[in-house]
Amino acid sequence: MSASLADSTFPLPVEEDEPKRAERGPGPPSASGAAARWQDALFEHTTRFFAVFVLVMLLGIILALAYAAIPAMQAFGPAFFVTNVWNPVTKQFGALAPIYGTLVTSAIALLIGVPVSFGIALFLTEMCPVVLKRPLGTAVELLAAIPSIIYGMWGLFVFAPFFADYIQPLLTKIFGNIWLIGPLFQGAPNGIGILSAGIILSVMVIPFISSVMRDVFEIVPPVLKESAYGIGCTTWEVVWNVVLPYTKVGVIGGIMLGLGRALGETMAVTFVIGNAYRISRSLYEPGNSIASALANEFNEAADPVHRASLIALGLVLFVLTLIVLAASRYLIARLARGEGAKT
Amino acid sequence: MRDRYRRRLFVNRFNLVMSLATMAFGMIFLFWILFILFRDGVSALSATLFTEMTPPPGSAGGLANAIFGSVAIVGVATVVSTPIGILAGIYLAEFGKTGWLAKVTRFINDILLSAPSIIIGLFVYTIYVMQVGHFSGWAGSAALGLIAIPVVVRTTENMLALVPSSLREAAVALGAPMWKVILMVTLRAVRGGVITGVLLAVARISGETAPLLFTALNNQFWSADMNGPMANLPVVIFQFAMSPFEDWKTLAWAGALLITLAVLLLNILARTVFRQSAVR
Repeated sequence: MSASLADSTFPLPVEEDEPKRAERGPGPPSASGAAARWQDALFEHTTRFFAVFVLVMLLGIILALAYAAIPAMQAFGPAFFVTNVWNPVTKQFGALAPIYGTLVTSAIALLIGVPVSFGIALFLTEMCPVVLKRPLGTAVELLAAIPSIIYGMWGLFVFAPFFADYIQPLLTKIFGNIWLIGPLFQGAPNGIGILSAGIILSVMVIPFISSVMRDVFEIVPPVLKESAYGIGCTTWEVVWNVVLPYTKVGVIGGIMLGLGRALGETMAVTFVIGNAYRISRSLYEPGNSIASALANEFNEAADPVHRASLIALGLVLFVLTLIVLAASRYLIARLARGEGAKT
Repeated sequence: MRDRYRRRLFVNRFNLVMSLATMAFGMIFLFWILFILFRDGVSALSATLFTEMTPPPGSAGGLANAIFGSVAIVGVATVVSTPIGILAGIYLAEFGKTGWLAKVTRFINDILLSAPSIIIGLFVYTIYVMQVGHFSGWAGSAALGLIAIPVVVRTTENMLALVPSSLREAAVALGAPMWKVILMVTLRAVRGGVITGVLLAVARISGETAPLLFTALNNQFWSADMNGPMANLPVVIFQFAMSPFEDWKTLAWAGALLITLAVLLLNILARTVFRQSAVR
């Protein structure tokens, strides 16, 4: 196509026959063409190599952890995942208590974090004066920038005593006698335990969930919202009946992202969860999560089976977060693709 | 009819007030944490922080070795992971329009972006520390580098996608080979955005504690040997904060303040760099 143009504009020193030119493809019509092609191929392969590197990283993590966890599997078999025992002295290990702790703290984090994130996203997209939008949005994102260990220190030295003195007695008074959920809020209020860890986690996942919610709320076509306002809907009705249904998939993706974060959060939880391999009825009691068990014990685990058991725990955590995060990405991508195509 | 109208108005007002309250909830925690950090951190700051080593329990000292270790470990991690991340990002943006490889890599990269950092530490432990038989600064750098790569990949790809094709076509029309077009034209056009990505990655890894626990470990003394256990701020903070000694706890707060200031500064820097490049 451009060959004829090039030929007429620049008289080439050597006349080439057509097939040869086509074979060479686009590129500078000079002797350096071969070098350029070779360099291009090298460049593309180099970049591809590093793209594959990212891919291999994930497989590598799974394989390396699975291989290192073999001694634990040989010793305990599949029962490892459902046994509630953790005794380094008798070398008996089971993963149930840390798995329970991980799931329960994450559930608490979502229970508090999701409504709060929704409120924040609603505030920032529908209510906030334009001048405040940027600073407040940045402030919420700063919550994600604070290192996890700072949450941990603050949680242990400041939040836990405050929680024990004021909030826990209050919660016991309100919920303590209700059938079924009462026992969850009974016990000694010492500020350290599953509930405290869950609450601190909820603060940590808010920036992630609310930022996804904000992004997906912004893609709702203004026409949809305006027509709802036009027939007399209130702001709340527009958000609840128009914006939320339209962005449902993305919102769930955002929640999953928060869940993925909460499951793997380590340092903040390690400080406040209490590190006890126990499954208690009360949320006030200390527990353990997979990540905090690893952070606390791994370096002291001299026994190979103990170490392999901890690595097996890590593998469980990794697979769990992989599934949750994959679902999250899939849902968010689906919304982005279907943008505007929906009714 | 009138009742129903009133009810709708009330529901609306109530929910909007609740939304305002959730915003306040988030802000309260942010300022509460920052307030405590500054109150306890500033009073713990002193000149000896930067000149003396981490002390044994019950005596005063500084954080010099931990600060140096953190800078060294994060520095090496950044230097190694930046080119890897940028090249992988280039592949996704420039060569990855078709084919399954780019699609899958993009998906995996986004997952790794949020993968638990402690698992990355565990991974480096099993493939490196366990094999050589000792903890080391290199291992710490490897773990942090693996965490940084997905961040750089994502921002590089996003930024390159913003470059209009006309720019590429103009360069190709001048006879430049693809690699030159990408490195000297497209990548240069989004320089600011890519630097933002690197800064965000540095901010992300400088606060990471969990992956360093199993890799760099800790060292009470000054050590510039990357092949041995190395002191670093996050692990020192963790160890000192959990200890029963007042001196150690004070140092932990000072370290916490330093690290948070560094991370927040990097975040602000990244934002200004990005805003400048976006205007241009």
